[in-house]
Amino acid sequence: MNEDKLHAYVDGHASSAERLEIEAELAHDPEAAARVADYKRQNEALRALLDPMLDEPHSLGIASRSRSRWQRWGGLAATLALGFVGGYLARGDLLGGPRLEPIARQAMLAHAAYVPEVRHPVEVGATEEQHLLAWLSKRLSTPLRAPALDAAGYHLLGGRLLPATQASDPAPMALLMYENARGQRLSLLIKRESTNTETAFRYADDRGTCVFYWIDGPLGYALAGDMDRNELQKVARLVYRQLNP
Amino acid sequence: MAIGFSAADAERLIPRLRRYALALTGTREAADDLTQDTLERAWRKRALWQPGSDLRAWLFTVMHNVYVNGVRTARPVESLDDERFSADHDRSWTQPDAVEAQLALSDVKAAFGRLSDDHREVLLLVGVEQLSYVEAAAVLEVPIGTVMSRLARGREQLRRLLSSEATAAVPPALRRVK
Repeated sequence: MNEDKLHAYVDGHASSAERLEIEAELAHDPEAAARVADYKRQNEALRALLDPMLDEPHSLGIASRSRSRWQRWGGLAATLALGFVGGYLARGDLLGGPRLEPIARQAMLAHAAYVPEVRHPVEVGATEEQHLLAWLSKRLSTPLRAPALDAAGYHLLGGRLLPATQASDPAPMALLMYENARGQRLSLLIKRESTNTETAFRYADDRGTCVFYWIDGPLGYALAGDMDRNELQKVARLVYRQLNP
Repeated sequence: MAIGFSAADAERLIPRLRRYALALTGTREAADDLTQDTLERAWRKRALWQPGSDLRAWLFTVMHNVYVNGVRTARPVESLDDERFSADHDRSWTQPDAVEAQLALSDVKAAFGRLSDDHREVLLLVGVEQLSYVEAAAVLEVPIGTVMSRLARGREQLRRLLSSEATAAVPPALRRVK
């Protein structure tokens, strides 16, 4: 049997006339038929292994670091502007400056304020987790869950309510704090969003504190920690998976 | 518009690029680096893209070149098995009847990691990305005959590895020999 034809058959690139011809040949050639079956299974197995990657959130983009400072969740105007100044953006020198997305800035500020607290890092401790989540859910007017981060070595310390900082967006926010065995702490800020969208992971850092932030339906999340980007990204992925089982 | 494609056009294809990059590099960190480098290079070179042609195939070409020129030489051989496709134990196995399939897939994963880069690239472009042989040849910048022979050899090698893996475990030290 012609080798190229056999592969074209496996990959669905054979014409219907060729297919009939090949199937007739395969009926008399068990060795070739076994190879065809194996090759098809290889394709299926590779797709099964790799396809989950397609649905995974990520923080990549063209000039993603410059963009995250000003492009609010990919709005139309911003997208048009991006096309316009894209050439400069790619060079990364036009829009410098420390402006951060509000949610990322909030998470950094709260993280900086409460993480050093030894005795009062949270208002309500993890021993009262049900009460904590019921309270925060009520104040944010939407059901909240605390992701379990044990797989990354972090356990819930507790949480608190944070006041809004923008008059245009007066709803309070929730802050959950986690700690690992070495005493390293993570802050997860959760905020009600007016838009019901989903975004990719975004990333920002400032003076040693890194933040991943994203919107998932009615809620925006920002995870802040004093660790390197890769390590924090692993935890952020875990948070996302825990909240989207 | 003078520019061939918009940033949003390219960014829509990021999941496809990451999937390909993960299979090439073996770890998420390296895959994200490769994808980011690819995006930035593609954006700088976007005038070279032919409007009307398949942007995805062109981005794979850029990724192939970035990979061949940089990551391939820098990649430690040890990464082949470690975190390769760790997506599988993250998510894919929620159905209770998938246990048997899981065993088979982990064998495929290990065997695929032992193929050469040339063979893996062709198997991915054709089998996973479902490019035509002509498109795969264009991405890899080789003649179509080379695509066909790599495809045949890669598939046969994978088949052999899987049939031997079912009977005998190969000592790790031997796995580095290509």
